Amino acid sequence: MSALTIAAQDSATMLGREIKHSVRLLRLLIVSAILVPVVMLLLFDYILGGTIGHGLGDAARGAPYVDFLVPGILMMVVAGSCGPTAINVTLDMTGGFVDRIRTMAVTRGALLAGHVGGSVIRTLVATTAVAGVALLVGFRPKASVVDWLAVVGIVVAFSFALAWLSAAIGLVAKSVAGANGSTLPLSFLLPFLSSTFVPVDSMPAGVRWFAANQPFTPVVDSLRALLSGAPLGNTAYLAVAWCAVIALVSYLWAQAALRRGTE
Amino acid sequence: MNASTKHETRTSVSASGLRKAYGEKVVLDGVDLSIGEGEVFALLGPNGAGKTTTVKVLSTLIPADAGTASVMGHDLRGEAGAVRAVIGVTGQFLAVDNLLTGQENLVLMGRLLHLAATELRARTAQLLQVFDLVDVAGRTPTTYSGGEKRRLDIAMTLMGRPKLIFLDEPTTGLDPRSRQTMWQVIRDLAAGGVTILLTTQYLEEADQLADRIAVLDHGRIVAEGTPEELKRRIPGAHIRLRFADAASLDEAARALHGSTRDDAELVLRVPNEGGIRSLRDVLARLGDDVAVEDLSIHTPDLDDVFFAMTGTASKEKSQ
Repeated sequence: MSALTIAAQDSATMLGREIKHSVRLLRLLIVSAILVPVVMLLLFDYILGGTIGHGLGDAARGAPYVDFLVPGILMMVVAGSCGPTAINVTLDMTGGFVDRIRTMAVTRGALLAGHVGGSVIRTLVATTAVAGVALLVGFRPKASVVDWLAVVGIVVAFSFALAWLSAAIGLVAKSVAGANGSTLPLSFLLPFLSSTFVPVDSMPAGVRWFAANQPFTPVVDSLRALLSGAPLGNTAYLAVAWCAVIALVSYLWAQAALRRGTE
Repeated sequence: MNASTKHETRTSVSASGLRKAYGEKVVLDGVDLSIGEGEVFALLGPNGAGKTTTVKVLSTLIPADAGTASVMGHDLRGEAGAVRAVIGVTGQFLAVDNLLTGQENLVLMGRLLHLAATELRARTAQLLQVFDLVDVAGRTPTTYSGGEKRRLDIAMTLMGRPKLIFLDEPTTGLDPRSRQTMWQVIRDLAAGGVTILLTTQYLEEADQLADRIAVLDHGRIVAEGTPEELKRRIPGAHIRLRFADAASLDEAARALHGSTRDDAELVLRVPNEGGIRSLRDVLARLGDDVAVEDLSIHTPDLDDVFFAMTGTASKEKSQ
């Protein structure tokens, strides 16, 4: 077997382990990855949506608030995977499992590949489920098949990037609580400081500049444009570029943290 | 195993001048080791002596700051991959996956070792059998007893048929019965010809299992030899007598030559080589008039080994 075949085989083994873990923790995952976003969706649509919808103006393009909201909620599902992914990595690092793997002739990085792959798969399942609920409560996308494929592509790319970032955070965290706390800005703060719930233009000047230029905004804007059939402009390129940068930097950070951890 | 038929012509582990420090704290201060193939070698020492660090260095988990070492003929620095292919490590803390069943844990190891499907199945079934885990194979380790978890941990280590096994404090935290079971597991492994490096805080454990023992203290090996050789260097068992007052202590010390007295605690230690007979003798020499408050019989333990080898009590017990 070549080194590459072995690396692929080891990564597949670790991915299998991670999927098995997810199945064992299914109830927990359903609550955190599906029910929480669904509650957000319902709260924002039914409770706040009336007022926000009126204030949207041109941004709504004549559609109800739910059509504006759902792309943001889908992005929150992706961002919400950061905590569990970081915690899973920290659990492996602080338990004896990583030490056992390190004393075996297992491909370096296979463990992280398993975690990242598992995170992306969990996110895809959760976004699909939340999108299903969104359709039930009145979300009416105007996307073509190609648009839908692009939506899936952006979700996967963003999920992949955030999974590497979460893995790196999980590697450097000293405890599970630390891992969870460190991912809160990603899963909670940054979504609010972006175009997730309201257009960036409606924010105060200082926040507006930050919101317009941070990675979550082009991701949400791309999903929104694709799902509403609006012109995409160059926002999708920006989103993909952000994903690539986050994934690359996080990957390098994770590798460095892994090396440091062995000394 | 039969020590007389063993020819230690080949070396499993050879280390020289291993040093490791974390900042100011020196953990290994020049450790030399030579372990023959098929030997059971015990590293004996208290917490903080450097036992786990030695295991971590030799099992490629952490690099040493200085010194050289080879494992099964492979250099630790240059050929870590080759070393990993022939060793098995059971760390001090359990390395089982709590979300997978016992069987799935073993299968996971087999996959990571790239075993063929038939070998994977056969080896899993065999290890579950050998370690008496068949009944719990379908459950997750969260439902296991301490002994079952340890056995699964070691079974996972053995999945790849390692030639050298590191066992870091394999019986710490186990109840006496599970400890006996673990000792038998280790004896069986040794009988199978595997080289074993185990660490322990207990002289008795090293005595029971090891062909050779190295005593580790503050990152240095302060004594090395067969259990018999080491025990010869330890002052023998003694009887400890505690008295109600200084006058009784004085009187007893006069009657029992060769004893050592501790005036602060009103305690007298009398060498006790002859078991019950010498105990009778001691009591007879004391007579009826000396008021003995308390009497205990003391057999050599790690503390005595340390006292004999380093002239200081081991850290934990001196507190």
